[in-house]
Amino acid sequence: MSALADKTAKARADMAAKTAKADKAAETADPADRRPAARKPGRWAAPPRPVWEEEPAKAGLAGKGVALGFACFAILFPLWIVVVTSLQTKKTIDEAGGLVVVPRSITFVAYQELLGGGQVQRAALVSVGVTLVGTLFSMTVSVLCAYGLSRTGSLGHRWILMTLLATMFFGAGLIPTYLLVQALGLTDTYLALILPSAVSVFNILVLRSFFMGISPELIDSARIDGAGDWRILWKIVMPLSRAVLAVIALFYAVGYWSAWFNASIYLTDQDMMPLQNVMIQLVQKQERPVGLAAQINTGQLSPLAVQMAVMVMALLPVAVLSPFVQKHFKKGMLTGAIKG
Amino acid sequence: MSHSTVPRPGAEAKTPDRPPASGDAARSRPPGEKHVRRLNLRLRFRRDRTLILMTLPAVLLLLVFNYIPILGNVVAFQDYDPYLSDNGFVAMLESPWVGLEQFERIFADSAFWHAVRNTFVLFFLQLVLFFPVPILLALLINSVVRPRVRAVAQAVMYLPHFFSWVLVVTVFMQIFGGAGIIAQTLRQHGVDGFDLMTNPETFKYLVTVEMIWKDAGWGIIVFLAALSSVSHDLYEAAAMDGAGRWRRMWHITLPALRPVIALLLVLRVGDALTVGFEQLLLQRSAVGVDASEVLDTYVWWNGIRNQDFSYAAAAGLIKGMVGVALVLVANKVAHLMGEQGVYKK
Repeated sequence: MSALADKTAKARADMAAKTAKADKAAETADPADRRPAARKPGRWAAPPRPVWEEEPAKAGLAGKGVALGFACFAILFPLWIVVVTSLQTKKTIDEAGGLVVVPRSITFVAYQELLGGGQVQRAALVSVGVTLVGTLFSMTVSVLCAYGLSRTGSLGHRWILMTLLATMFFGAGLIPTYLLVQALGLTDTYLALILPSAVSVFNILVLRSFFMGISPELIDSARIDGAGDWRILWKIVMPLSRAVLAVIALFYAVGYWSAWFNASIYLTDQDMMPLQNVMIQLVQKQERPVGLAAQINTGQLSPLAVQMAVMVMALLPVAVLSPFVQKHFKKGMLTGAIKG
Repeated sequence: MSHSTVPRPGAEAKTPDRPPASGDAARSRPPGEKHVRRLNLRLRFRRDRTLILMTLPAVLLLLVFNYIPILGNVVAFQDYDPYLSDNGFVAMLESPWVGLEQFERIFADSAFWHAVRNTFVLFFLQLVLFFPVPILLALLINSVVRPRVRAVAQAVMYLPHFFSWVLVVTVFMQIFGGAGIIAQTLRQHGVDGFDLMTNPETFKYLVTVEMIWKDAGWGIIVFLAALSSVSHDLYEAAAMDGAGRWRRMWHITLPALRPVIALLLVLRVGDALTVGFEQLLLQRSAVGVDASEVLDTYVWWNGIRNQDFSYAAAAGLIKGMVGVALVLVANKVAHLMGEQGVYKK
């Protein structure tokens, strides 16, 4: 299939060339860059203001800065407290009388104890497992469905699309869904955490509109070369859609990682609970973690540090992953908003 | 292969930007071709069977977990007894029919009306306090010209959207709770008893602030996209004509946002009865039922906790019906105001 691969590579190169050209155009339009000896302005610097725009007022600039600073502070300060407190020794926490704002010591003892076995370690593994399996399953189902619907005028296209869209306007309700999951015998299995929420129609529509934007000539020429739909999806459509695939995978993964309600109604075995549910018990209801109660009661381990460490474990994967996909958000959300 | 004899559907729709609703190619075709299409049904199936096969897993999942439960709403007209049979489906068939008795019980229940009132109070608070925040933040971000500052601010503001509600509630406990940083500082200065997490009077504001913290930043995206599509020539021409900063915002920026605002308002009003299920459920025991019970938690309490399935299903059905009615009304109003709304006329 080297001809196919060549075509994909060529399409990608074309795209790259186009963006490069656009960049170049932007650069030459930029008067600051015309001076040959001038260094490229830093990425923090402001681009030159168009001539018709008046200079901003000092007060306006200051007001904007304060508003922006406040918004970021309101988001980051609580997270800072949580992370810092989780890393403090029991002595510092006791001296501070609880939460610590200014770090005075650093220790990973809370994490070592939590990940050394027992309730939280098991819950974290459950969450990771459900998230990985669930995301893979959801992505497979959604990508296939989105590609299957990407050609308007194919047989049944309209009906299938309607079947999908209708579910966005009404839900069946909690009780009938609960009774169904029970009747299917999914309670107390991990399938109950994956299957009922596996398909997001919104995500399928975003994928579909992206697939539909891929040039039909490319797909047609692949077909002339003898490629079937499976091969076209795998060798052409998916490599060209990496950005949107990353965004949708993140959406699904975050959904599985954050879910707690289904586990709370479908699982009865405490040993099967994912991290979020354990976090409710340990942090919100202030229970002592199974297996660590003795160390906490004898004063070796600060219960507060343990609680904060559990919270950090829940927020870390999301906080690390989401900025990577940030630049693609707008594209994904925009196409979804227009076409959905 | 057979597919070469039938024109590919992709060739008919050359414009990929076409909205899906107008996707039936038959409308734009000459009238004679419809006949040809009928004849070729078998050929078309052979051509498109892979595509249909690919949609099958998703369609099956939706049928099982979204469509079949809709039928399950019949328990609202029964006195459903899960112990009639080991199999839930059989139990449903064997349960006695009681007509509208469950609905009569609900309407006579003062707790239900209390939940309705709480739902509407929270909805209006969210509409007034939450809804404008993303618009203002988007205008703020849009006015920042330094690309790096902009990217960092956006990354920070999007972040809480990806946190679970459990995390958001526990983070708020560390700030506003009885052992939170504010209470801790006050205690060191001799003031005791600060705890907003368990205060029923301020609870509705707390819930709204939590919502703003979590999702206002994410709400920016749609507005930023609308703002970035405004042509710079418009601003330049207006500036040439002597329009200042504020007049340009009033006459160019805000009109550009109008359709988006209208669409989001319609969506929000259509979804008025959903005011944060997980969030309220998590804080239900801490703050008490009086302050936190809304329709969704009322359904959960009666159905899942008290196992009164028929009663809860009836309450859920009321919510669903009112929800559909709200979507239709909100969309109608949008059409009357000259906006597009969710679906076209």
